[in-house]
Amino acid sequence: MTNGIGLKKVFINGLHYAFLLVMALLVVYPIYMAFSYTFMTPQEVNSPGPNFFPESFYLGNIQEVLQSTPILRFIFNSFLVAVLVMIGEIVTSALAAYGFTFLSFKGKNIIFALFLATLMVPSEVTVIPRYLMMQAFGWVDTYQGLIVPHIVTVFGIFLLRQSFKQLPRELLDAARMDGASHFRMFLSIVVPLSRPAIGALGAISFLGTYNHYLWPLLMTNSEEMRTVQIGITMLQNEEFLSWNIVLTGVAIVLLPSLTILIAGLKQLVAAMTGGGLKQ
Amino acid sequence: MAKKLTELQAPGLSSKDNYQKKTLVLQRWKENILGYGFIFPAFLILGAFVFYPFFQSVYLSFFTTDPSGNIAEFAGFQNYIHLFTNSEFLSSLGITLLFTLYTVPASIILALLLAVLTYNKWKGMQIFQLIFSLPIAMTIGTSSLIWMLLYDPSTGLFNYLLHHLGLPSIQWLNDPSWALISVSIMSIWMSLGLNYIILLAGVRHVPEEIYESARVDGAGSLRILLQMTIPLMSPYLFFVFVTSVISSLQAFGQFNILTNGGPADSTNVFVYSLYQEAFVNFQYGLGSTRALILFVVIMLLTWLNFKFGERRVHYQ
Repeated sequence: MTNGIGLKKVFINGLHYAFLLVMALLVVYPIYMAFSYTFMTPQEVNSPGPNFFPESFYLGNIQEVLQSTPILRFIFNSFLVAVLVMIGEIVTSALAAYGFTFLSFKGKNIIFALFLATLMVPSEVTVIPRYLMMQAFGWVDTYQGLIVPHIVTVFGIFLLRQSFKQLPRELLDAARMDGASHFRMFLSIVVPLSRPAIGALGAISFLGTYNHYLWPLLMTNSEEMRTVQIGITMLQNEEFLSWNIVLTGVAIVLLPSLTILIAGLKQLVAAMTGGGLKQ
Repeated sequence: MAKKLTELQAPGLSSKDNYQKKTLVLQRWKENILGYGFIFPAFLILGAFVFYPFFQSVYLSFFTTDPSGNIAEFAGFQNYIHLFTNSEFLSSLGITLLFTLYTVPASIILALLLAVLTYNKWKGMQIFQLIFSLPIAMTIGTSSLIWMLLYDPSTGLFNYLLHHLGLPSIQWLNDPSWALISVSIMSIWMSLGLNYIILLAGVRHVPEEIYESARVDGAGSLRILLQMTIPLMSPYLFFVFVTSVISSLQAFGQFNILTNGGPADSTNVFVYSLYQEAFVNFQYGLGSTRALILFVVIMLLTWLNFKFGERRVHYQ
């Protein structure tokens, strides 16, 4: 009897693992494929049917993609834009969040409600006038055109406001009593104490900008201004490039975000479990 | 705070009180100006790149424009009438809803199943957790390219597998009856990472003792899942549902890269048609009309979600 239950349990656990294994293979295969193609020779790739393992550790694709395509330029553009957007977003969001949390001024609640209302307007809805505005400014195909429209998000202001609100009130009152100005409080107390939230905002902002597709597609005309997402898909349109070169480019582009994910997954899950959605 | 103090001091003002009152008024002024100063950068950027374009979109939707974006003439409701009597527009609405229907439930059910099966501390679960989160690192550009190769009729994996099973091959992205399904499968895969991470957090949010007492009471795994886990993590499910619906209505990149809205307009989703109208045909007025209809549709669906969905959500 007990043996029967034990066997049944082993069987169910076996099924449990088998199912997870199949799902894991399905989920990971597309990513694995990009990396395995990176090390395949053109002959291997062009042989009929898909290949699962590279026969040798061929480095020619990496060399060719670096030499014949501006992929490093694309990566540089994406990093430059994403870092500057991130810095801009942190500065403007932190300032606004401080204003909304610690200062009282006329119309504060109305302005905050107005800000929150923009969360309901997807960027696709406003993209046409924004594009026409960039044309009028002469900002098409420039870094400022890629960066400036994104250096404020209401999400960022909201996130930092929630974290500022949780700072110990006594500490701030004590600083006020000592005659610290608001700028001083902002720079030397509120910002340093909110480093985890600012870090989270920075990561979300960076990855979000790195992934932008529609806006850089509209804003970049010349090859040297393209960001990774646009540049990499345009490689595929160039007839002379074979699949292994394109996928090598994909693998190179993926490497930074995969590394960040693997290094930071625990914190990410912890951050999600820790709060945010709890009511 | 400042207001209260001045009120307290109002009766019987001496010259000293008067002085204090003046400094308080001054302080309040200072704080007002400082407050506006702190929010000014955010206000300026949001005003220029969100508020102004939004009202400009509304304005443009009532006009026709020339190719450089200048107003040509007032069209009244003509743009709206034109779209709602246009079969291409109506079919793009339908295709977008179909895409939402194909992707959102499948992705959520899959992510929930994987979260429930991997939340515990058994051997190897951390590796599974990492693998199921991986698609979050994928971007629209890189995913689309990889899946383009997977769907390749001659060298792709899918037709290779079909061939080995003795089944006829499929023109995944070139067959009007398969293209939307193909892009949907890829989109489910892409959204799996984020949905899985959020739902994994949700499953962990349910206290372990609840499972233990349920098991002691002899409840089976399926009953625990349906009657305890799902209701207790419903805020997470609701959040994932609302954000997934909104993002599937906004899908654009995978369609632009994989199918260009084709074949035979079978994957011409809403934002793709907006993009074509505005940035390929240079009809900015009509494009703005489409944008506003998108806005209304998203508002309406979000409102419906909250009206009917949140009632079922159980907050602890």
